[in-house]
Amino acid sequence: MFDTLRTLFLTALHAFHRRATVQYPEQQPYLPPRYRGRIILSRDPDGMERCVACNLCAVVCPVDCISLQKTEADGRWYPEYFRINFSRCIFCGFCEEACPTYAIQLTPDFEMGEYARHNLVYEKEDLLISGTGKYPEYSFYNVAGIPIPGKARGTSERERPPVDLHSLLP
Amino acid sequence: MTTIRIDGRDCPTRSDINLLQACLEAGANLPYFCWHPELGSVGACRQCAIKQFSGPDDRKGRIVMACMTPVSENTIISIDDPEARDFRASVIEWMMVNHPHDCPVCEEGGECHLQDMTVMTGHNTRRYRFTKRTHRNQDLGPFVKHEMNRCIACYRCVRFYRDYAGGDDLAAFASHDNVYFGRAEDGTLQNAFSGNLVEICPTGVFTDKPFSTVYTRKWDMRGTPSVCVHCAVGCNTIVNAREETLRRVLNRYNTDINRYVLCDRGRFGHGFVNAPTRIRTPLNTIDGQQVSVPMADALTAFARMAAKGRIVGIASPRAALETCFSLHTLVGPQHFATGQTRHEQECTELAHALLTRHPGALPTLHEMESADAVLVLGEDVCATAPRLGLSLRQSVRQASFHTADNAKVPRWMDAAVRTLGSECPSALHVMTPAPTDLDSVAAETFRAAPDDIARLGFAIAHEIDPSATPVTDLAPDDAVRATRIAHALMAARKPLIVSGMQYGSLALMQAASSIAAALARATPAAGLSLVLPECNSMGLAMIGGLPLETVMEQARAGEISTLIIVENDLTRDLSPADVAELVAAVPDIVVIDHTVTPLCHHASLILPVAAFSECSGTLVSQEGRAQRFFQVVFPPAPIQAGWRWIQALARSLDPPPRPITGLLGWRDLNEVLAALAMAFPNLAQAAMAAPGADYRINGEKLRSQTYRASGRTVIRSFISVRDQPPPASPDTPFSSSMEGAYGPEMPGALVPTYQAPAWNSVQALNRFQFEIGGPMRGGPSGIRLLSHAEHHDTEPHPYAYATDIPAPYAPQADAVLVLPDTRLFGSEELSMFSPPIIARSTAPMLGLPASVTTSDRMVLHLEDGPHILPVEPVPGLPAGIALCPAHMVARAFRFPRMARLETVPGEGERS
Ligand code: SF4
Ligand code: SF4
Ligand code: SF4
Ligand code: SF4
Ligand code: FES
Repeated sequence: MFDTLRTLFLTALHAFHRRATVQYPEQQPYLPPRYRGRIILSRDPDGMERCVACNLCAVVCPVDCISLQKTEADGRWYPEYFRINFSRCIFCGFCEEACPTYAIQLTPDFEMGEYARHNLVYEKEDLLISGTGKYPEYSFYNVAGIPIPGKARGTSERERPPVDLHSLLP
Repeated sequence: MTTIRIDGRDCPTRSDINLLQACLEAGANLPYFCWHPELGSVGACRQCAIKQFSGPDDRKGRIVMACMTPVSENTIISIDDPEARDFRASVIEWMMVNHPHDCPVCEEGGECHLQDMTVMTGHNTRRYRFTKRTHRNQDLGPFVKHEMNRCIACYRCVRFYRDYAGGDDLAAFASHDNVYFGRAEDGTLQNAFSGNLVEICPTGVFTDKPFSTVYTRKWDMRGTPSVCVHCAVGCNTIVNAREETLRRVLNRYNTDINRYVLCDRGRFGHGFVNAPTRIRTPLNTIDGQQVSVPMADALTAFARMAAKGRIVGIASPRAALETCFSLHTLVGPQHFATGQTRHEQECTELAHALLTRHPGALPTLHEMESADAVLVLGEDVCATAPRLGLSLRQSVRQASFHTADNAKVPRWMDAAVRTLGSECPSALHVMTPAPTDLDSVAAETFRAAPDDIARLGFAIAHEIDPSATPVTDLAPDDAVRATRIAHALMAARKPLIVSGMQYGSLALMQAASSIAAALARATPAAGLSLVLPECNSMGLAMIGGLPLETVMEQARAGEISTLIIVENDLTRDLSPADVAELVAAVPDIVVIDHTVTPLCHHASLILPVAAFSECSGTLVSQEGRAQRFFQVVFPPAPIQAGWRWIQALARSLDPPPRPITGLLGWRDLNEVLAALAMAFPNLAQAAMAAPGADYRINGEKLRSQTYRASGRTVIRSFISVRDQPPPASPDTPFSSSMEGAYGPEMPGALVPTYQAPAWNSVQALNRFQFEIGGPMRGGPSGIRLLSHAEHHDTEPHPYAYATDIPAPYAPQADAVLVLPDTRLFGSEELSMFSPPIIARSTAPMLGLPASVTTSDRMVLHLEDGPHILPVEPVPGLPAGIALCPAHMVARAFRFPRMARLETVPGEGERS
């Protein structure tokens, strides 16, 4: 008898406590920019695809849910397709860590629920955004040695113009 | 054997090697760049520095280059010594000063020796803050990509290309930091082995161009051991695939055959597998239209055809042993044709007989490298068996090795030995109608018609062994030459005679075997090697069958109702008139092939067969070595192995007309091979070419994926998000996934890729060898079916020399002798469906003696009509001979033959 009353009293007391429940989805939680949610592929400051299809994100992924194929246009490497199976992804962020070009980034968006599992397979069209994401400045081709349209050989950061092989000067 | 002490550990080692080799063989991780097992040491990169101590009391020691220091008794060295470590770290830091920030977009990445060595030395931060030098690249043709910024100036490329492979259009230019490795100007690399730069260069300067268009990292590709199908040498390869497409072919080390090098036809000829010319579904001819039909309909159609009358089978020298044998079982020996013309069949059978009877040695390619006198008799080996040509090129160095031994210079001390060798005479004699790539290193070349070369060969044999048939009325010059060459060969400890069937001359092969047999009386090491045309010519010769001419006769007599032609394009052997006659005389032609050939237009039924990358099977190389290739790609149904198609055809017959019940019951390759062993005891050993499908290591299958393959849960999810089990093949001991056993001790015939902890590039091979450059830890790959041991007892002594010596060749006024100009790129059938090889092949030209080349174009009358061809003067070509590219002008090209040659009507003589 006493126990029952005590339980009722304690329960009633909770009516005066601070509320912990968030009224999602009317009320959205704050998620920091570095939150690990939906993965995107970003573009470099010139608006070109950042991903160079190096396969490092795919190989580091512990659940093997990234797959892509390299192709090439004007010296730039691109993914011909880029596929993430989000029904497998554990949002560990390793892919972002491994990416040498800041192309693949995790975003503070977790609202990815689907009724059919195959809708969680994202292709490149679904992943590619039009901005630079978290890293506004970086462009891999500015530091890499290979030339692309608009950046001739020997004009990357900290590069000298190509050697003149006919010169006899030391 | 001797012992050295590495970091306090006593390691037994060989005494004729350098310390770098000794360290690697002892399992130590010592970085290096410029040393290569096949190229020796030059000490150019300074990366292999270690500490050497003069004795147990020496605490200080001194830094030496391991690759330049010979092993000596009680050497004490340290790899871990802090000073040596610092030295190596500094060296790599200097090398990386100019290295571009390219790994993500570098085809070498993930299998880069430079990456491995950088990690091994621990250099992980660039301190250099100044500018990097850059280079312009060159377009080096369809095979090799060039990215000079990545060069570390180890000089391996030019040493391989110039010194080893004999090329002259790649060189080092400029000086110090600017040194450049490339051609004098943009253009296609001309050497037949240029593709090896991809593996020889430790960085991403030279990479595989066709592979780059379908690029995938090494760790993402499935690999299986395979065998090259583009000539009869039988080089071992690794085939790599991803997403069920073949991506590239790499060299697979076989200590006896190709070792570290493949020719460009073998490396880049695989493109036919993915070409649009592939047949992917059964095609049935309905109302004159070839329409794609399901497998069941195709088999019903076949059953209806078969009910009408006799079935005859035509096999092919490019089909696997299992395919030929199953066809043999289906149609029976009386109705089994080899798919070769009578002449070609006589040649291959003679080659087989001569090799079996040869009392001396049947050298492997590696043994040929140490031959100290070589006679090439009427075969342009550089075109017909390119890798063999490269081995002969190495044999020229024997004299310099002996000089070096006398001067106490170790053989691996490359620069010194080559300097010594520049004074040494060559002992290579090349006798061919036309110039060959070996001429530049030959002691002597001799240009004559095949019959005249054969006569000279017989004369040499008679000179060596007077009981051999003498040659009457030999020209005095030739008699002198014969004596000279005979003496050179007799003086050798390991002479070698090479011939073949390029010119379709039985006499040439007989002459070659007579010389070799004559030499073998005094020198048991005297070797004989005969070059055959196709990857399984020898296997087919050991099965035997009817020639095409007999099939033609039976067809004309109306005795054939259905012809089953397996992987054979008869239009390459039969003239258009013959093909038309055959098509008219045989109601139904069933073609089983992987590629649309001109023959397919005449077929009633076409069945898609698996290419070499899509099934497992056995090929017998020209030296009689049975070797297994394994499936790497799992093609969509109904593409399946040839023997499975033939089994399906047999099952569709109701009732089976002949006792072919064995054929109906085969479940996997092991059972086919067991049946083959019963039917053909001479091929029984073929089953042992590699461990069977039930082979396990610690109860596990072997994995053909790398342990770090990516994308397992997503790669097929665009089809279905549910996981699928990995595909499995009952014919191989491989699992197609990353699960399974793998290690340096695995059987040599089953190594799917080279990788070892800290070694991700092809240099990981060192870990798979007992001794560097020696046998594999897991044992040899393939098995010799022609062993010298057995035929010694069966051979009636004395050797029965050939007696039919041809008459000298007499040029005729109204006709020329047309001989095939066999080309590295262009003559071989399958590689000419591969885009890079097509790009590399050049237009056909008619080769004529320089003296008679009067006009730019001539008309050559072959059996299928006149051909107008541009004319190319061939220096040294004997009078009365014309060289015509094989299969490039007239598709069916029979030789030797006489043909009329005319000037183009309306075109005047060249002024
Ligand atoms: S977050 Fe982790 S699990 Fe998801 S794709 Fe990236 S690496 Fe794979
Ligand atoms: S790691 Fe980055 S650049 Fe490389 S494939 Fe993945 S997303 Fe593209
Ligand atoms: S050569 Fe090796 S280290 Fe250099 S960019 Fe290519 S992968 Fe990276
Ligand atoms: S191109 Fe390659 S092989 Fe040649 S020197 Fe440079 S790094 Fe060495
Ligand atoms: S490997 Fe020894 S100096 Fe290059």
